[in-house]
Amino acid sequence: MAIGPGLKISIDEKRYPGSAAPTFSGFGAEISPGSVTAILGPSGIGKSTLLRIIAGIDRDYSGNVTIDDQPAAEAAPPGFLFQDPRLLPWLTTADNVRTAGTGVSTEQAMVALGRTGISDQASLYPHQLSGGMQRRAALARALALNAGLLLLDEPFVSLDRILVEEMYRLIASVAASDGPTMLLVTHMAEDAARLADRVLVLSGSPPRISADFHLPIPPSQRDATTLDAYKQHIGTS
Amino acid sequence: MAGLPQIGEPQRAGPKHALPLLELLSFPILLLVWQVLAMALAHRLFPSPIAVGQEMLRLATEGKLLADLAKTLWRASLAFILAMLIGTAIGILIGRKSWLDRLFSSWLLVGLNLPAIVVAIALYIWLGLTETALILAVVINKVPLVATTIREGVRSFAPEFDELALAMRWPPAKRLRLIFLPQLMPFVLAAARTGLSLIWKIVLVFEVLGSDGGIGYRVSLFFQFFDITGILAYTSAFILVVLTIEYGILRPIERRVLQWRSAQA
Repeated sequence: MAIGPGLKISIDEKRYPGSAAPTFSGFGAEISPGSVTAILGPSGIGKSTLLRIIAGIDRDYSGNVTIDDQPAAEAAPPGFLFQDPRLLPWLTTADNVRTAGTGVSTEQAMVALGRTGISDQASLYPHQLSGGMQRRAALARALALNAGLLLLDEPFVSLDRILVEEMYRLIASVAASDGPTMLLVTHMAEDAARLADRVLVLSGSPPRISADFHLPIPPSQRDATTLDAYKQHIGTS
Repeated sequence: MAGLPQIGEPQRAGPKHALPLLELLSFPILLLVWQVLAMALAHRLFPSPIAVGQEMLRLATEGKLLADLAKTLWRASLAFILAMLIGTAIGILIGRKSWLDRLFSSWLLVGLNLPAIVVAIALYIWLGLTETALILAVVINKVPLVATTIREGVRSFAPEFDELALAMRWPPAKRLRLIFLPQLMPFVLAAARTGLSLIWKIVLVFEVLGSDGGIGYRVSLFFQFFDITGILAYTSAFILVVLTIEYGILRPIERRVLQWRSAQA
C-alpha cells in the first residue's frame, strides 16, 4: 500500500450555530504523509470537530483543509473509527464492513474481519456481538477500504484494559505494515505514547497548539521506561 | 496479521418458546368459545360458528358474497395504496423540514380529529354517491394517520448514521438503501397495519351510508331484516380476507424487512 496523504489544516473560523465563542479561530497544522499524529486535549476542546472537518463530515467552516492538496470533502473517503462503533444494526457484521466502499467484496470484508480477529462472527448482527467485538468490527470497516487516511476518534473510550492493549497492538501493526496517515484524537497521554510518532497538544479556547513534539523511537521499540518517559513528557506539556 | 483472541462471548438469542403454537391455537380457541356461547344461549339471534360457516358457503355460491367482497376489497386496496403513498410522502417532508412541520402540523391535527362520517357526508354531497367520493373520503381520513406515523419515524432517524454516510461519501441512493429505508420501514409497516384495519372499517361504514354494493351495503340490508347470520357470514368472510392479508402478505414482509430485529428477540 502506498504511503498515506499529507494534510494541510487551516481553519479561519468554525462556529456552531447559537454559540457565542468560535470552536476554532485561526487554527493551522500540517500533517506529514504516513505519520501517526495524536491530537491530545481535554474533553470538549474541539478535537472531534477537527476530525469531522478533516473527514469532510463538517463542511460548515471558513478556511481550507486539504488532503494531498484536495479539499477534504472531495478527497477519497478516509477510514473513520468513531467514538461509538456506529454499526448499522440491520446489517450483519460482514455487510457492515462491506459498506466501507462500493469496491469492498465479501472476501475483502472477511480479510478485514480476520485482521481484527472476528471473522467467525461475520454473519452475526451487531447486537449479537459484545461491546469489544463491535469495536473490532468498526475497526475492520475502517481498514477494509485500505484508505490512506485513518481517523480515530477516541477509539479506546470505555474499553477494558485487556481490549485496549489488543487495540493498541492492532493499530500499531496497521500503521507499521500499511503506512497510512493516521490521526488519533484522545485525551489520554498513554494512547499517544503507545501509538503516535508526533503529538499535538491543544489547549485554550478557541484551541491553540500549545505543544508539538515528536516521539523519535518507533512504537514497536518502546519499552516500559520509554513509555513512562513519553507519558510524563506528554502529560506535563 | 494473526487474529486477536476473542473478548467476551457473542450475545446469542435465547431459546425459542412455543409461541407459534400458541398463535396457531388462538383462532380455534376463539371459535370454540363462540360455539360454547351459542350453545349456552341457544337463540336465533346468536348463531353458532357452524351455522355462520354454512351461511357463508351458501352466500358465496348462491348469493353475492364474492362480488360484494371483491367490490369492498377493490375500494379498500385503492384507498390504502393512495393513502400510504400520499401519507408517506407528506410524513417524510414534514419529518425532514421543521418549517413545513410547523406550518402543517395543525392541519394534521385537524385531519386526525375530523370525524370520518363528516368527511364522507360532505364528499357525498359535493361529488354525489360515487366511487370517487367514497375512495377520496377514505383517503382523506387515513392520510393524516399515515403522515403522523411516518413523521415520527423520520424524526427518530439517528443523525450519527448521516455522519457515517458523509464520511464514507455514500451517494444518495446508497444512503436511501442503507440508512433511510431500514429506519423508516418499521414505521411504514406500522402505518400499513393500522391503516389497513382502519380503512376496512371506514369503507364499510361509508358503504352503509351510500353505495351500490359491497360488504357494508349488504350488511345494512341484512340489518333491515335482523338477519344476524347473514351479517356474521359477511363479517367472517371479510375477517378471513383480512387474516389472509395479515399472514400472507404483511407478516412475510415484516419478517424479511425486520429480520435483524427478530435476531435480537
